[in-house]
This record gives sequence, C-alpha cells and structure tokens, in this order.
Amino acid sequence: MAERTQKSKQTSDRDATEAPADAPVTSETGEKLKAELDDLLDEIDEVLETNAEEFVKSYVQKGGQ
Amino acid sequence: MAIPKVCGIETEYGILPRGTDPNPITASSLLINSYLAGALGRRVSDIGWDFVNEQPANDARGFFPDEVFAPEVEMHMVNAVLTNGARYYVDHAHPEISIPEVVHALDAVLWDRAAEEIVRSSMRHAQTVLPDGAELVIYKNNSDGKGNSYGCHENYLMDRAIPFARIIHQITPHFVTRQIFCGAGKVGCELPGRNFDEIPFQLSQRADFFEEEVGLETTLKRPIINTRDEPHCDPEKYRRLHVIVGDANMSEVATYLKVGTTAILLAMIEDDALGDEWRLAHPVSAIRAISHDPTLRTQVKMASGVTMSALEIQWGLLERAQKYGKSHGLAVVDETVGHDVLQRWEDTLNALESDPMSLAHQVDWVAKWRLVSGLAERHDLRPGDARLKAIDLQYHDLRPERCLATRVGLERLVDPEDVTAAMTNPPKTTRAYFRGRCLEKYPDEIVAANWDSLVFDIGSDPLRRVPMMEPLRGTADHVASVIDQSATATELLDRLGR
Repeated sequence: MAERTQKSKQTSDRDATEAPADAPVTSETGEKLKAELDDLLDEIDEVLETNAEEFVKSYVQKGGQ
Repeated sequence: MAIPKVCGIETEYGILPRGTDPNPITASSLLINSYLAGALGRRVSDIGWDFVNEQPANDARGFFPDEVFAPEVEMHMVNAVLTNGARYYVDHAHPEISIPEVVHALDAVLWDRAAEEIVRSSMRHAQTVLPDGAELVIYKNNSDGKGNSYGCHENYLMDRAIPFARIIHQITPHFVTRQIFCGAGKVGCELPGRNFDEIPFQLSQRADFFEEEVGLETTLKRPIINTRDEPHCDPEKYRRLHVIVGDANMSEVATYLKVGTTAILLAMIEDDALGDEWRLAHPVSAIRAISHDPTLRTQVKMASGVTMSALEIQWGLLERAQKYGKSHGLAVVDETVGHDVLQRWEDTLNALESDPMSLAHQVDWVAKWRLVSGLAERHDLRPGDARLKAIDLQYHDLRPERCLATRVGLERLVDPEDVTAAMTNPPKTTRAYFRGRCLEKYPDEIVAANWDSLVFDIGSDPLRRVPMMEPLRGTADHVASVIDQSATATELLDRLGR
C-alpha cells in the first residue's frame, strides 16, 4: 500500500513544510486541485497584504479564553 | 439513556483597529454598537444582559479549587442579545458571539455562519462612523502568532447523572485527535521556549496553548477538559459541557464534523457505549505532537502501552460510533444529520489516509497548507518569511475583499439565504425561539435577558422573570401561536400564566 510505504519513509522527517510537495497527488481530484492552484495563487498574490512584514508585526491580540 | 445534544458555539474574534484608537476593548465596543445602531436601529442600553445565574467559578468536579484564576464575569462591557437568540458582547478585549442553542450540527453551522455575517455587517456599519482611512478588521481565528490565544468554544447539553470522570476519560481521545479534520491550520509554533520556525506548519491554532488535562481555567494553563459547571438550565438534571479545545473554522464542513462527531460521542458516553479503549498516556503532549505533524504519521502512547496514530484512534472512535448508530439510533443528534455526519466522518478519514490534499475544499488546515506551500514554492520562500504568516492570518480575515478562505472554494453546507435569515431569526427547535421572538416583538418591555430567563417590565407590577430552565421548551411548537396572538408583553405573560 503506497500510503504505508510513505509512512515508514517519512517517520523521522519532522520538516513539515517539505511534506506538501511530497504528498501524493494521485487521485483525479488531486490533479484537478493542482490545476486550480496556479489561478488561485495568482489571486492570492493580488489580495495578500502588500507589506506582509508590517502586517504580521501589527497583528497583536490580547489573550482571551 | 442519552439526552438530546442541544449545543452551541461561542467565538471570540480577533480584532485589528487600523488608523484609529488601538484599544481592542474600545474597538470591540464600537464594532458591536455600530451593528446594534446601524443594522438594528437599537440603542445600546436597550436590553441588558442578566448576570443573575452566571457562575463561571463553579467546578464540574464538585469543588472550588484554591489558587485558580476563576473567570470573571465582566458586567460593564457591551452585552447585547439578538433577535436570533444569540449573545453579542465584548469579552476579554475581543468581540464575541455565542450562537443560540441548536439541536444538531447543521443548525450549528447555520448560526455560526450567521454570526460571521453579523460581524461582517458590523465592520461595514463601523466604517460609517470611523474617520477616513480608519477601519476595524475582524479575524475568525484563535491566535496572533505571538503566543496570545482566544477561543472558539462549544457547548453540549449532558445528563447530570453521568459521572464527570467518565466524560473526562472517554471524550479526551477525541479532543486530542479530532484536529486532524477540524484543525484550522497554523504557520509557526507558539510553545513557550520553542523557536517560532521550528514547526513551519501545524494542524491546529490552539494545540500549543493547552497545558493541563483537566481544569477550570480558560485563559491560562488551559485544560483539554474544562470543568466550568455553569449549566444555564436546570442544574439538577443537566450539565453543559464547555469545550474550549477547538479551533474556529472557516470551513462549514469542518464545523459540521467538529460538532457532529463530538455530539455523537457524548451521547455514546451517556449510554456507556464508548469505553476506555482509547485512553491516552499523555494527552497534553499528544495533542501538541499530533498538531505539529501534518503528515499525520506521529504515534502517541496509549494508557495501555501501545502506540497509535491520530488516524488510528479516529478510526476506532468512528467504528464504535457506527455500531452505536445501528444499535441505539441517532435521534438525540437528529437521525438524518447524525447518519450524514457518520458518512462524512468516514469519507474524511479515508481521504486523510490516502490523499489529504483532496480535502482542500473541506478541511481548513489542508486548504491553508495548500496556499502556504504553494506560495512558498512559487516565490521560493523559507520558513519564517512574513508572507507565509500573512497567509495564515489573512485566511481568517472577514473582509470580503481580503478573506482568503472565501477564495479557496470551500464546500458550502448551508444556503446563503438561510444564513441571512438566521442573522435575525432564531432556531425554531429550542428555547432560543422564545428568547428571539420576544426580543423581536416586545423589545420595549424586556429589560434583561440571558440564556435561561427573560425579564419583563410591563409597567406598574414588579419586574416579571420568565425562567427558561428547559432548553427544549419555548420552541416554535410550544409558543409560536401564543406569541402570534399576543400583541403586548402583558398579553403574553397573561397567556403564559394561565
């Protein structure tokens, strides 16, 4: 089973950002999603706060419940 | 025997005042007052919240622990009751909406979405009173990425007779592992003493903030099982399980699964049909370890000594729930909704096991992960790049022109027209119906309201308190015709008193 094979391979790999690229995109749905992603990223590039650094720094909340 | 799982969701929203007074309490008050005045034409002080039955320091374990910081009831802040039966108020420097009591997960989604739209409407109305260039931006998330968290709580009605220890032991495995489908995703790590970039992406907004297995606090040393014993209904018969361990979801499917699966498992606990099989050795370290591994491969130690992954635990819980559905039926969570939840739960676990990315339209952390990893790849961004954290925050931005969650094609479960109606109309199937209809029809004669009573001032007599100690009384079936026939609150009280 592909899923199990990959499981043993990556057990020691703690770098989570590597995982998306490695994640299997085999199903038909997966392929479709991948095709959509480029368009989506174009849009994200457009609406993302222009000064990301400043925005992230300014986003400070008081602790709640 | 299990009792109906009347439930609700309370969300504290993040608030970012831009170009105006940065005080979040002032900003939250302005936001809510703008909605009350602008959208409802209501004066701020028209109907107050009635604090008479608020006892957040009571502990479900039956004692009053020393040296804990019992939550304070903040009586001076803006605190409104809406005609849809919800409460809209300022809590701990955040705007918060508690949705009306509902009888199943789909209604929870509907009124949770309505709450989101109420906040959007509030932002628009606030804009009209703010100076040019100023705005209040609201985020439906649970952390600022700097170690500050605010909650999205769930509440479930439970039978008081069930030993609390059984609830603690049997629901904890679900609270630790359900994040694999209802985690909202987070860029970075907020564990004290750990480097932010050490965990580039994790499943849950909240997991880093849980430090205890069981406890009364909600703002520090947060426990996986919160013991606040404040039933807001007949305390002899019921308890309200106050769940503080979840994330606020942008995905309707995630909210649906979060509430739906939890309601079923709690009913099973009442029927003693769940068991102790999935008891974890170390729930607090397990909830973090699971959140920190989006590959879902992390194994956690069970009390029995074996190790299991979150997925394996979820499969175990699901199989037991499917059996329960067959043997007991699911009427207490709504038969149709309950069976639909079981089916989606199974489909979701299958997808998580074989191809998590196929859930990019259902599961928030997957949808967010796809954006984060996609943009990182496109621009060759390293962990720690502000743009990645900006995506995380902006996923939850409620401004339509900025919100990322509304752009990723999330599956919708409720009709937008129904959401609009739910902004002003209460559910028909709980006491929220009585509360909401009365507020809508007799606003000038109601002086205070809370979850379990309404207080009327009908002139010369002393104030009249109408108790609502049964969450399933005061429904449309019970009171719609009485309210329809009563032109005034005096007539209503006369009819109810007969």
